Amino acid sequence: MIAEAKNLDVKEIKLTDRPKYTKKDLVADHPTWCPGCGDFSILSIYFKMMEKLQVPHERITSIAGIGCSSRFPYFVNAYGVHFVHGRAAAFATGVSLMRPELHVFVFGGDGDAFSIGGNHLNHAARKNVKMTYVIMDNFVYGLTKKQTSPTSPVGFKSKTDPTGAIDHPINPMKQLIASGATFIARSHSHLPNHVMEMMEKAMQHDGFSVIECLSECTEFYPGAFDAANPRKGGTFNLVPADHDVTDELAAYKLAMADFPGHFGVFYQVQRPTKNALEAKLIADAKARSENAAPVDLLQKTFARLS
Amino acid sequence: MIDQKVADASSSSGGQPPQRGRRIQDAVIRLAGNSQDGIQAIGGFLARLAGRTDKDVMTYMTIPATISGGPSIYQVRLGTGEVLSAGDDVDILVAFYQHSYNDHIHTLRDGGILIYDSDNVKPEENQKRYRSVGVPITGQTVEAIGGTAKDKGKNMFVLGLLARMFDLDVPKLETMLQAYYKSKGDDVIRNVVGAFNAGYGYDIGRLTDTFEFIPSTNKAGRKQVVTDGNQAIAYGALTAGIRFGAGYPITPWSSVMEILRTELPKYGGIFVQAEDELAAIAMACGASYSGHLSLTGTSGPGLSLKTEALGWAVMAEMPIVVIDVQRGGPSTGLPTNVEQSDLNIACFGGHGDSPRIVLAPSSVEDCFYVTLEAAKLAREYSCPVIVLTDQALATRFETWEMPDIAKLAQDLTPDFTARGPNYKPYENTADGIAHHAPPGTVMLDGKYPVVTGLEHDEAGHPASRPSNHVMMTAKRRRKLQVLASRLPKAETYGPPEGNVLLIGWGSSQGPIREAVDRARAAGESVSALNIRYIQPLQPGIGEIMDGFNHIFVVELNDEGLYGFGQLAGVLRARFCNDKIVGINKTDGLPFKIREILNGMNEKLKKSPEPTLAHA
Repeated sequence: MIAEAKNLDVKEIKLTDRPKYTKKDLVADHPTWCPGCGDFSILSIYFKMMEKLQVPHERITSIAGIGCSSRFPYFVNAYGVHFVHGRAAAFATGVSLMRPELHVFVFGGDGDAFSIGGNHLNHAARKNVKMTYVIMDNFVYGLTKKQTSPTSPVGFKSKTDPTGAIDHPINPMKQLIASGATFIARSHSHLPNHVMEMMEKAMQHDGFSVIECLSECTEFYPGAFDAANPRKGGTFNLVPADHDVTDELAAYKLAMADFPGHFGVFYQVQRPTKNALEAKLIADAKARSENAAPVDLLQKTFARLS
Repeated sequence: MIDQKVADASSSSGGQPPQRGRRIQDAVIRLAGNSQDGIQAIGGFLARLAGRTDKDVMTYMTIPATISGGPSIYQVRLGTGEVLSAGDDVDILVAFYQHSYNDHIHTLRDGGILIYDSDNVKPEENQKRYRSVGVPITGQTVEAIGGTAKDKGKNMFVLGLLARMFDLDVPKLETMLQAYYKSKGDDVIRNVVGAFNAGYGYDIGRLTDTFEFIPSTNKAGRKQVVTDGNQAIAYGALTAGIRFGAGYPITPWSSVMEILRTELPKYGGIFVQAEDELAAIAMACGASYSGHLSLTGTSGPGLSLKTEALGWAVMAEMPIVVIDVQRGGPSTGLPTNVEQSDLNIACFGGHGDSPRIVLAPSSVEDCFYVTLEAAKLAREYSCPVIVLTDQALATRFETWEMPDIAKLAQDLTPDFTARGPNYKPYENTADGIAHHAPPGTVMLDGKYPVVTGLEHDEAGHPASRPSNHVMMTAKRRRKLQVLASRLPKAETYGPPEGNVLLIGWGSSQGPIREAVDRARAAGESVSALNIRYIQPLQPGIGEIMDGFNHIFVVELNDEGLYGFGQLAGVLRARFCNDKIVGINKTDGLPFKIREILNGMNEKLKKSPEPTLAHA
């Protein structure tokens, strides 16, 4: 794969030959979201970030599962995949490992990340597969029109809990810390500058980076995050300046705070990525076989089997 | 089979000096013990030795589904002709324990030889059906290598006994033993060789015959390899140029992933042990999307879990290879037994109309070539391909001709040539085949594509217009129809017309062919047709069926609610031919030749047409 990355450079149009991207170059289909949806804010921050970073379109793959926020890949002009519900992180693992030179984004909601895809999120995180996973958490199933989500608070009235949710919700940050992710941040779509700061940090992180971004569903859970929105009389509590992001226990304690909790980077450590570990396996195996060509390796194998 | 194939030494050897043993063409040896006795090792060595000495071999084993302990058998059929099945009846039974004797003595043919561990087994006395040879296997092994490894060297002692009886190439066998146990240290090698020599030197000659194989005529000079079916698939995938795989452990698929996990890094590739079956196929879809044809695999229950993403691969037209090593089902079923009951889920499993390619290898050798073909078809038709192998193929050893690696090996690289303007991955062309651009490819008009599980238009944009879904559904179906028209014409084993046609698929091909040989030798008009392309079907099948009075589909699955198994159901739906009748069984074991012939005769007696005169 390393050889192919070089191949790619040969065929690629040199960055200097291209005009600078403007927002016009970065947009694709018109979003299908409801007016006022928090996801719009995250999309516009994505455009702003890409205008700043000028990453070529063909170097970005954005992958999503199913849900409102999972429509994201259609709205950005980059390589995109709309996969099955919950398994975008697993799909992204295949892309990231085989094409480490690409930047792999996963966009999805709380149902995709914490319910149907919970297992995949955990394992992509613990393996530290290089990707950036943005979870747009709205505490409700919106695409299917208001059912209880794994992050819906107890008492939330939905079509599947008409008298109020009775099941204890997931605490996304606790879950993410326990999963072994190496970059974990929390943000709020109503505070674009903060979202952008978190997204940039996540992109720069060499490993599995994940952001829980509260993103209000104005249709089915309006006002859900007002308590964290200063413009609606709430308080936006940043992660304390003296928080040690490498201290897992401290991160866990931050995650224990009552809603609306804290915003910022909870946890960040450097641990070898699966991409790097697999590349090392390959390098070691190739060194042992003195870089033998596949056809020679195969012939040797079959001679051994004879 | 020994008696039938014994040649008279004096007449066949002409002016040669008299031969030492009775000359035979093949022999079926069944080793019955417990799973921890290492009887698989004896079988493995016999199989490898056969391959190196121009003999054909086929093995058959049962293993308990528990982790350790429990009765287990390993059957080896060695021969100098073409060995098509593991053999119905046993010529030589080696019984390590009383339960081994009790459970397997009925498989020993009349006139066969029982070798039993006289330290553990008390056989029936004064019987005349077979010859009994008691050998104190346990005691002799302890004597040879000391008391410490009592249960460990018995297999090597027995291997020595067999080497003597069958006049096997001892120097070659010893080289193999040394190589196999090299990593275990000198003490182990000393014990292995000690036990082997003790067995070889044990005086069994006075009690029974020794045998000598008639020299092979058809294999001289051509190099052979000995593998099991899962090895053939794994090395087939590497030969096909597959450089990414993902899987989840499940019996009997796991050894494919174990090999690929070890081998792929040498080829610059990666195999991921995924968190579950769903993730494994998702990762494979991702890696294929990234431009590298990928493989995943599983057994029965895992295929159920993979069907969701399989639907995505059909919709997105993403090439992937999915190996299904079938076992007894449904649910956990019989994890260590064989069944051919995943045909329906392979062809039709999933939501919506989701045409995919399904292939079935018929032998260990074919496991290699079908995997190559699966990879080729997946790429050429941008479509998921399922390979339906089974537990019997996965675990048995066969000798097969050394493949021409230089000719077959593929080195695939993604095509990053710039595309566009107006690039349409899903253009509605005559052949209906999608053409994806891997990420990294520059789009000349600056518009980048999304690959999606939503119904989409030619450019890949979500499109739910009724006329579009009609067009795209037809397009995904049409490419398989195009493939069908390009497949080689079906051919029969035996004459293309006659009284009875036995149709089979997968691992049943060997026993079916042997049944045909036996029936034809008895003067009956029987031919066989193997279905290797399960979906789409090859051309020419209908014409072949028209040439026979009776059509029996021989399958290891249930006869179903309406009296025919899964392939029979597909053939009935395709050809509306009510001559199609099933010969089915569900005991979790491969077909015996006798079972096929008996099934055929039973059906013939039932049918209103004139019956076959079969003795």
